[in-house]
Amino acid sequence: MTEILIPAALVGVIGLIAAAVLTLSARFMGIKANEKEKDILDTLPGANCGACGYPGCEAYAKALAGGETDATSLCVPGAEAAARRIAEIMGTEFEGVTKKTAFIRCRGDCTHNKEKAFYNGISSCAAAVGYFGGKGACTQGCIGFGDCAAVCPEDAICIEKGIAHVDPRKCIGCGLCVKTCPNRIISLVTGEEKVYVTCSNTEKGAVTRKKCDVGCIGCMKCQRVCPTEAIKVENNLSQIDYDKCIACGKCAEVCPVQCISAK
Amino acid sequence: MIKNLIVILMASVLVNNYVLSKFLGVCPFLGVSKKVGQATGMGIAVIFVMLVATAATWPIYTYLLSPKYEYMQTIVFILVIAALVQFVEIVLKKYIPSLHKSLGIYLPLITTNCAVLGVTLNNITDGYGFIEAMVSSLGAGLGFLLAMVLFAGVRGKMEAADIPKAFKGIPITLIAASIVSMSFYGFAGVIENMFA
Repeated sequence: MTEILIPAALVGVIGLIAAAVLTLSARFMGIKANEKEKDILDTLPGANCGACGYPGCEAYAKALAGGETDATSLCVPGAEAAARRIAEIMGTEFEGVTKKTAFIRCRGDCTHNKEKAFYNGISSCAAAVGYFGGKGACTQGCIGFGDCAAVCPEDAICIEKGIAHVDPRKCIGCGLCVKTCPNRIISLVTGEEKVYVTCSNTEKGAVTRKKCDVGCIGCMKCQRVCPTEAIKVENNLSQIDYDKCIACGKCAEVCPVQCISAK
Repeated sequence: MIKNLIVILMASVLVNNYVLSKFLGVCPFLGVSKKVGQATGMGIAVIFVMLVATAATWPIYTYLLSPKYEYMQTIVFILVIAALVQFVEIVLKKYIPSLHKSLGIYLPLITTNCAVLGVTLNNITDGYGFIEAMVSSLGAGLGFLLAMVLFAGVRGKMEAADIPKAFKGIPITLIAASIVSMSFYGFAGVIENMFA
């Protein structure tokens, strides 16, 4: 009998000692898992979209809990509800969120952008860009194979007449399309801006004109007409400084190619 | 004495390499050897755990289990190693967070790693004294690190290679592992002639 009892007791005692040591050490030396972090992580939608600027929901929760940042409203898909809850957890004032939507800076669809070649390759913008910049004459605009539509988690982007369009009602502003677009023509806008430049072409006016009817030709009319000097034409492309813009809409009126659109 | 220890060290690094000759700890060897950085981290964590495990299990065997209950060694060692690694993790987290950050994710993986158990059991089987056992564990850990780093290099090269579809992924990895393993058999005669 002792032949069984002693070994069993031996293992039992060693196990008990180990358990006791572990429990005690966890009690006295353990670091409490940050409860704030866990709460925030539960609040976040878990889309891991990266719109907040952190590598994922966990990283954002960690940054908030660890005091790296105090911006509680960075989560775009979570929108107001998440921001409110996070502010509550952090014990700070709710800052309000600005809903962002993707905006495509190109309107050179098949009726405007001329075709320079017949592309028969892989149906992907990234591939087409590597092959003489796609089939359209303008190689800086929308390629139209819908890489952005493919990554959109909400199906908010559709391809019409050869270029991408965003449905702002569906768009959650995660910014995945912004990162996917090989020509980087998508940006996130808040919707408070009233005027947008809908072209990304930086070629000289005459060159642009030959390729696309609605491309920015860098004529400077918008820059001259702007009462607050919010518009600058740089690199043959009109750019709006929204800090100065008063949304008067004059630039949209004078633009000869209608590449500034007013909402 | 010193000569003996060097022989034990070299033997466990090169000749009796735990991964490539004894085929213990193959799971982390295949799993964590994709990048050299990770492989190094894992290897260092294994060295550390092997040393700590031997330091704990050797006295337990010598003073508690032998001579009557030697057959209990496997189960007792598993228990002790698992508890020990957990304990080490808690301590590291508290006092050396930077080390915990770099080793932390590997520590739980090693808890039940057969290479660690294998080292402790082999030390007993080979009849080593305490110092010899520690040296042998150090060698085993260094051997593991060496195998991991070498193999991470091999896998890095394979990333760029045009591998037939049927071999892609795990098959080619296993083939590469077997070739690396064979190359280690070249060390078989080294120890006998080291001090000749």
